Amino acid sequence: MVFGALWMIASFLLLGFGVYFIIEEQLKMEPFQVVNQVLIYYMGFDLVFRYFLQKMPVMNIKPLMYLPIKRKAIVNFAIGKTMISFFNILHAFFFIPFSIVLIMEGFPVLQVLAWNLAILGWIYCNNFINIFVNNKDVAFFVVIGFIVAMIGLQYYGVFDITQFTYPIFNSFYAIPYLAFIPIILAVVFYRMAFTFFKNNLYLDSGLSVKHDIAETQDYSWLNRFGSMSTFLKNDIKLLRRNKRSKTTLLISVLFIFYGLLFFTGSVEAYDGPFWRVFAGIFISGGFLFTFGQFVPSWDSAYYPLMMSQNIRYKEYIASKWYLMVIATIVSTIISVFYLYWGWQAYAAVVVGAIYNIGVNSHLVLWGGAYIKTPIDLTTSKKAFGDKQAFNAKTLLLTIPKLLLPMAIYAAGHFTLGEVFGFALVAIAGLAGFLFKNKVFDIIEKVYKSEKYKTLAAYKQNN
Amino acid sequence: MITVSNLSKTYNAGPVLSIENLDIPKGQSFGLVGNNGAGKTTFFSLLLDLIQPTTGFIKSKDIQVNESEDWKPFTSAYIDETFLIGYLTPEEYFYFIGELRGQNKADVDALLKQFEDFFHGEILNQKKYLRDLSKGNQKKVGIIGALIGNPEVIILDEPFANLDPTTQIRLKQIIKHLAGQQGVTVLVSSHDLMHVTEVSERIVVLEKGEIIKDLATSAATLKELEAHFAGE
Repeated sequence: MVFGALWMIASFLLLGFGVYFIIEEQLKMEPFQVVNQVLIYYMGFDLVFRYFLQKMPVMNIKPLMYLPIKRKAIVNFAIGKTMISFFNILHAFFFIPFSIVLIMEGFPVLQVLAWNLAILGWIYCNNFINIFVNNKDVAFFVVIGFIVAMIGLQYYGVFDITQFTYPIFNSFYAIPYLAFIPIILAVVFYRMAFTFFKNNLYLDSGLSVKHDIAETQDYSWLNRFGSMSTFLKNDIKLLRRNKRSKTTLLISVLFIFYGLLFFTGSVEAYDGPFWRVFAGIFISGGFLFTFGQFVPSWDSAYYPLMMSQNIRYKEYIASKWYLMVIATIVSTIISVFYLYWGWQAYAAVVVGAIYNIGVNSHLVLWGGAYIKTPIDLTTSKKAFGDKQAFNAKTLLLTIPKLLLPMAIYAAGHFTLGEVFGFALVAIAGLAGFLFKNKVFDIIEKVYKSEKYKTLAAYKQNN
Repeated sequence: MITVSNLSKTYNAGPVLSIENLDIPKGQSFGLVGNNGAGKTTFFSLLLDLIQPTTGFIKSKDIQVNESEDWKPFTSAYIDETFLIGYLTPEEYFYFIGELRGQNKADVDALLKQFEDFFHGEILNQKKYLRDLSKGNQKKVGIIGALIGNPEVIILDEPFANLDPTTQIRLKQIIKHLAGQQGVTVLVSSHDLMHVTEVSERIVVLEKGEIIKDLATSAATLKELEAHFAGE
């Protein structure tokens, strides 16, 4: 988590200092105008990221209620805590350097400051909006839908929302005292959040935990998988009924579109031919990586139950493996649109999928057996990067997962051409199948030898 | 049925359990009492091979539990909520356990039917996931889950805690029936001396990891235990 935060700060800093010159020199456009146009999307994405990642302090204030502290103070404390969150401060790392560049480029200081103040106001508006909509999936999908629709309409030249929002954001610069509007708006939102919280500061209203209405699924059609179906049925329920796993599913869908960066040629660094295979592995393997690296941690909350039942480890592992294979195949089918960028693009996805199923699925499960980070299924907030997910063993395993297929492809590509390169990767993937039982045996042994350590580690957070 | 030899468990902070010898015959209902930190849960965890013994071993039906897994088919337990799967409904949980223990749906349904009054209409068909049930209702599910698949050894850690009075009474009947009529070895730990003396033929008192009393339950047992824990 800390690593991720530092990385974000560094990128925002770099972008803050660099974006002016990038826009001016690369795009040959007026930088300040472009930034003002894009701001509406920036704010939209900010809301989305907050929804995913920002933790609400609501649940932590329960213990304060019994103490002799005024309700007003509790509410101010809870909301105040969100205000100093990383998600607000992060933006300073972009806007402050950007403003310094603006001033150095001769923009009037006072006006730039006013513009900054307005942005600050908007950021805090977002902060309070997030408090209201937190855990309301509908609101989230409305925002996402809106952003996607607007980007689509703009891309195809039907409707350009930035034409309307650009003057708004620019006006804070042009007419500095207008900057008070977003600030006042943020204060109003604060008051609203305050009253909302204060009126709901009871165990049975605002602080109550929402209970899902359980739906029973039978999945008896899965019984054809024999005794493995016991686990398969359970794993599908695990994926469908928990916040954390749903986030993982969403991320793996995003991975499908990751390849756009490569095949549309929008990132220069990715232009080398072997990057195709890199992209292909990620496009088809999003779920495989995000889900597989945490087997058996997905079952951490009830691992003692699993360990005291008569479990056939092979079937347990096989069930997870089948899920990964099915997801890889589905991703590959969805990715058929990459054909638009030439057959090579889709060929990379297909051989990537074969390599994923044949080799990476085994490696991911093997690596996962050593990861002892318990997973809290009920929250989605930690889905991006637990620090223990980056240990030496997993890093070491990325070599055969990613670099090896790239090297194999390069070897073929530069000798007999791209077809041979793709063929070599596919053959390597098929060869991996031969080791399936062997690898399952190894993983089973790891599960057994690490059993006590794993149980103890899962207990820490439960 | 269960034989303990030279068993001990030591953490960095010091020893938490040390039992030289203990034999629990088949069909005995066995009660374990002791204050917090006496080693009750440690003993049960060792019995289920969830932690490793520092020295010694436990044999269940002549199978050393930390060497072979063959004790699993005839052993079941409910220790705490880590034995529940939060995102399942109670029915799904029972069927899942059933499938792991080689029982089909009809077998599980037949078993559940016997415990309808134990559930008191609060468990089945409630459209709730286990994670959303109250602590007491979760415990009911866990206890009945441990009865699935005709186990010969059942381990229940603090089964009476969090249960309402009606359910406590019904649970006592269930435990007595299991040991008395079906020959199941039932191991129960409890902080409630009254309950445990009522359901157990034999009571062992643990203190700082060691057995300091081993009593065959009689009319005087409760008094004796009360006197012991009052510090007299």
